[in-house]
Amino acid sequence: MLSFAPARIHCNDMRVGLFVTCLVDLMRPSIGSAAVKLLQAAGCEVLVPPTQTCCGQPGYNSGDRRSARALAAKVLGEFEGCDYVVVPSGSCGGMIKTHYPDLFEGEAVLLDRIRRLGGRTYELTDFLVNVARLERVPGRFAGTVTYHDACSGLRELGVKGQPRALLAGVPGLRLKEMDECEQCCGFGGTFAVKFGEVSAAIADRKCAQIQASGADAVVAGDLGCLLSIEGRLRRRGDGETKVLHVAEVLAGEAP
Amino acid sequence: MQVQSMYFKRRAAQALGDEILQANLAKFGTAGLAQLRAQAVQAYGPEAFERLRTAGAEIRDRGLAELDTYIERFEREATRRGATVLFAESRAEACDLVLEICRRHRIRKAIKSKSMLSEEAGLNEALDGIGVHPVETDLGEYIIQLAHEPPSHIIAPAVHKSKDEVADLFAKSHARPRKSDIGDMTREAREALRPHFLSADLGISGGNFLIAETGSGAVVTNEGNGRMVTTLPRVHVCITGIEKVIPTLEDLATLLRLLTRSATGQPISNYVSVFTGPKGADDLDGPEHMYFILVDGGRTNLVGGDMEAMLRCIRCGACMNHCPVYKTVGGHAYGWVYPGPMGAVLTPAYVGLENALDLPHAATLCNQCGVVCPVRIPLPELLRKLREQQVERGLRPRTEMLGIRVWSWVAQRPRLYAFAARWAARTLWLLGGRAGRIRRLPLAGAGWTIGRDFPAPQGKTFRDLYAKAKRADRRAAG
Repeated sequence: MLSFAPARIHCNDMRVGLFVTCLVDLMRPSIGSAAVKLLQAAGCEVLVPPTQTCCGQPGYNSGDRRSARALAAKVLGEFEGCDYVVVPSGSCGGMIKTHYPDLFEGEAVLLDRIRRLGGRTYELTDFLVNVARLERVPGRFAGTVTYHDACSGLRELGVKGQPRALLAGVPGLRLKEMDECEQCCGFGGTFAVKFGEVSAAIADRKCAQIQASGADAVVAGDLGCLLSIEGRLRRRGDGETKVLHVAEVLAGEAP
Repeated sequence: MQVQSMYFKRRAAQALGDEILQANLAKFGTAGLAQLRAQAVQAYGPEAFERLRTAGAEIRDRGLAELDTYIERFEREATRRGATVLFAESRAEACDLVLEICRRHRIRKAIKSKSMLSEEAGLNEALDGIGVHPVETDLGEYIIQLAHEPPSHIIAPAVHKSKDEVADLFAKSHARPRKSDIGDMTREAREALRPHFLSADLGISGGNFLIAETGSGAVVTNEGNGRMVTTLPRVHVCITGIEKVIPTLEDLATLLRLLTRSATGQPISNYVSVFTGPKGADDLDGPEHMYFILVDGGRTNLVGGDMEAMLRCIRCGACMNHCPVYKTVGGHAYGWVYPGPMGAVLTPAYVGLENALDLPHAATLCNQCGVVCPVRIPLPELLRKLREQQVERGLRPRTEMLGIRVWSWVAQRPRLYAFAARWAARTLWLLGGRAGRIRRLPLAGAGWTIGRDFPAPQGKTFRDLYAKAKRADRRAAG
């Protein structure tokens, strides 16, 4: 039975809103549970606004600003009361932090609120390392992992050293870098569906690098990439290599 | 050049199925220009290089902000030094001007160094039409001219070809024994080109930059062919886009540092030719007549609009060298002159949004292009803007728009959304079966499962699990 009762009393007075992301909510709730566990381990009070859905990125990247703006306003309403917003995804975190302001251009009051929300929005590992300063990682992992730097986290939010620093603290885990770890995996949101063949061919190259690293598991901070990589690995006939979200590994909640 | 950009999907599929091309692209991807750039940036100092990128972007912005002033200054200075400056509003007009020059000077043979604008304008076909055979002298361009193919990369036009393919092509075209050593093949090409250099009466070059302060043109090459094209024949025509004008020679120095490092990782190219006016009384060589043709070809439409930053482009090719899509399908899939991220912006901007519907979408928005662009063009943002323009003009397929709008509509209604998500999580979980993965998704999802399985969800939504656990915790506490 899952329990989200805080294991210890909060010590840092941070009220952290968890934006779990629509993909995690639908596809892989274990990432959400892992994120709650990690934030609690860092001493935060975790809030999960129950009405949250999607950050609006699918609309935004499809050229539909209006629906993206509506969802951005919804996120603002749901999370404005939190000290911080933490997202187990560099992609959705990057949307809130770096792209939301673009949607409210010319709306001074809302833009100001959106900017302030963005200023306290963090990708999960970035938050754990640089804000909450998590010292002891609860998880353990027996084996070698290789880390895929998902594009938005890396290039929009500067997530690079944070997940590696945290993984280094997981007992039993050995990190082995693959070649071209910063290369795109080919997911790209709706791109993966619109240009499925091209997307899979790009993912194939990523899978080859993962396999060449000899790691037992590939770990990343974005579920979109993980689904693409896992899908391609399995289609290539690799049923062995585990495909895990960094939160699952850190929290010891790998499914 | 005919625009084939509407057929990106079909062309990309062909490229994926072409084994030779795939092998060539794989080689380009692992040992190509991106690696050379990375080494050059490391040698220069990554932080200093970032400052250089900022300086480059500023120079280009400064030039573009007062483009009309700098173009006028360029015209004045170039004219003062004896060159003739002509303007063409369209690509067709640019061709007409070149043909007119050919007639005036009774030109019989033209040699060319690389010019992307001449590819845009289809200048070679136009010249052939009046019996002036143009000979491409850049090795890559020479290869694809022999093969009757368009370039697949803006600085490495024959990058889609393997050594063996070139060996076969040379053996056939030169009617000489087949060679397999790259050095031997290059020598053979030089031998084939030499008589053309010596007998041509017109040299056509592109222009990497036009310098307003001195009225000069600048061309960057590694083979020295640019130098020969701009100095040997009695007439020289430099044809380039109006946006290539930069204020000063000092600016040229900064942009050159960026251009060659970003393009090939070289601190400087083997040749930098700066040409200012025709041959003077005391000069030993140089053309007797010199023309600059500045072509608009849709460029002014970009000034002051969403795509203005694209005019900064200095044509280094770094964006395509770092693009996962380009590296997977190659340049021909893009269907016009400019491939990769810069092409995905320029093509719709120059030939019409409706003639290149797929290009702005044929990108993962990974921003590998944006972070290497020497003049900081926010390519992913421009691609996204083009997507918005497509939506505003109603150019996207109805089903796609319906899908996005239904998704957003439902996502704005949390209860309905929760219900739908619960249903989807359960249904997909069931479809996944014991293996936990789906081999074939229906409808729009079919694209995903062409080359990938779809990992099945865990069956319940996080918010349901969270709410349930919270209730249990409250009971336990209560």
